[in-house]
Amino acid sequence: MKNRINQKLAENKKLLSIYFTAGYPNLDDTVGVIQDLEKSGVDMIEIGLPFSDPLADGPTIQESSTAALKNGMTTNVLFEQLQDIRKTVEIPLIIMGYFNPMMQYGIEAFCAKCQEIGIDGLIIPDLPVAEYHEHYQETFEKYGLINVFLITPQTSDERIRFIDDVSNGFIYMVSSASTTGAKNTFGDVQQAYFERIESLQLKNPQIVGFGISNNETFTQATQTAKGAIIGSAFIKHLTNEGIGTIEKFVKTIR
Amino acid sequence: MSYQVNEKGYYGDFGGAYIPEMLYPNVEELRTQYLDIMNDPSFKEEFDQLLKDYVGRPSPLYFAKRLSEKHNTKVYLKREDLNHTGAHKVNNTIGQILVAKKLGKNRIIAETGAGQHGVATATVCALMGIQCIVYMGEIDIKRQAPNVARMKMLGAEVRPAKSGSRTLKDATNEAIRDWINNPVDTHYIIGSAIGPHPYPDMVTRFQSVISEEIKWQLKEKEGREHPDYVVACIGGGSNAAGTYYHFLDEPKVGIIAVEAAGKGVDSGESAATSQLGKEGIIHGCKTLLMQTPDGQITEPYSISAGLDYPGVGPLHSHLYRSGRGEFYSVTDDDAMAAGLELSQLEGIIPAIETSHALAIFNDKKFKPDDVVVISLSGRGDKDLNTYIDYFKL
Repeated sequence: MKNRINQKLAENKKLLSIYFTAGYPNLDDTVGVIQDLEKSGVDMIEIGLPFSDPLADGPTIQESSTAALKNGMTTNVLFEQLQDIRKTVEIPLIIMGYFNPMMQYGIEAFCAKCQEIGIDGLIIPDLPVAEYHEHYQETFEKYGLINVFLITPQTSDERIRFIDDVSNGFIYMVSSASTTGAKNTFGDVQQAYFERIESLQLKNPQIVGFGISNNETFTQATQTAKGAIIGSAFIKHLTNEGIGTIEKFVKTIR
Repeated sequence: MSYQVNEKGYYGDFGGAYIPEMLYPNVEELRTQYLDIMNDPSFKEEFDQLLKDYVGRPSPLYFAKRLSEKHNTKVYLKREDLNHTGAHKVNNTIGQILVAKKLGKNRIIAETGAGQHGVATATVCALMGIQCIVYMGEIDIKRQAPNVARMKMLGAEVRPAKSGSRTLKDATNEAIRDWINNPVDTHYIIGSAIGPHPYPDMVTRFQSVISEEIKWQLKEKEGREHPDYVVACIGGGSNAAGTYYHFLDEPKVGIIAVEAAGKGVDSGESAATSQLGKEGIIHGCKTLLMQTPDGQITEPYSISAGLDYPGVGPLHSHLYRSGRGEFYSVTDDDAMAAGLELSQLEGIIPAIETSHALAIFNDKKFKPDDVVVISLSGRGDKDLNTYIDYFKL
């Protein structure tokens, strides 16, 4: 079977992907949030596996991670919650988390469990592409997982080509030099960056993340890219309004 | 067996650069240039000059007569406590500020726990007229008020780390996040032999002046360059790395590392990473670190703020796993007693970090003619309040 991520990328539309932290706001909200996001028309979901020391994240995702850990979220609990997720949810699901908790679970065991549950891909911000290529790519591919890499405005063309070679799903285009949730608007620098990436004619489509918070930034980002990812803005919505109005949030984006 | 970092940034199984892509250009710039910069004769000249005239090097290698008699062996103390700013930390900050200048950076960030590295960074930034921002855990800011005041007086901005456990590891996270958000103009001065490659190697090389001096100083005093043992306390492990460096490939020199056991290795309040840690990733490198079975990094404990780091530098993890280093852990109580002993036998009040190294005599018996060099990594002024509370002075 073709990976759900590749199937989704083949659709003739701009994709909206949403990140949220598993076990937030409450431990048992994970499955409900995923189901509501799918019902609201979201195309893909990044499920955040919380970590004590999330280096690449700004305050919003840090705080949701700390809260989720306090709620009792662990790798095992997440896998238990997701055990039957494919009975109700069809869109691609990606686990996004830092490398250390995956290492402790055991990389092969982690990948095998993802495949068993029906997880389609992983995003691991602190696993460098060379390390992945040398030590882990074979294992990820054995279990049908797509690993997604980040690029930034500072990433050289040469390095982007290498990342494009190693990737087999999409490239996560970080919109600006920042942690998550730091910027709210796109300026000329982002526009020039979007155009530079478009001109490289990469084999993998790109999905923009960091700094997407509303219809305006979503529209702008998806002019050249295949889709966009919203994280911090959605977490803020959950913090302020709870889990009852997810559809309302999604409708404001597109 | 090699104890040097390899071309991929590893010491045996440990090291590497597990960093988000946002940091790649900064770290790569440093990785490709640090050795060329450090080997440049003009850099060496400026570095050596500052160490001599500004830091006050070479630091004395002092034969501790009464301490030696007490423990029936020959003890030399490498007096890093006599450096400007009171500890070994300044050796590294002098080096890194010069690297930052060569790289054209005009903004410096640093993390600090007890404040010693923060003060050493603020000092060199004042010296060079460069903007300095120090991240410090909110809890540590309250515990270490005098060092916060020193940094401010030196012109640095002290920013509280309010995330997570609000101590050293979180201050390090915040500094890394700052670097992600300021990728072009900023250099991050890491204070210990930790972090992504090339930091552990770069910091070790700057601190290696300690063992370089020990060699010629010991030659003068004992007629031989190599002691039987070198002893240092380990938090992240920068003074230890510098103390061991020139002896790593001399198997006849015993390498002894002393970690903080806190209230006891199995008490749940400890920082003895080699005993309690498992292989994992912290702050960009693969090393031994204290964590839950689930891979969440835990908060260590030691009476010494400079040793309560949940990881240990990758070089030290390699020394531990390969058996090249002997690792001991010392409780708060034993360290405090050793600090008092040195004060009253030699008239030197050590930093509490250093007191851990001085407690080695409880666990390890040396022969009468062994030459044992202990890194006296810092002075105790900053710890006076802790000593006062502990001994009811």
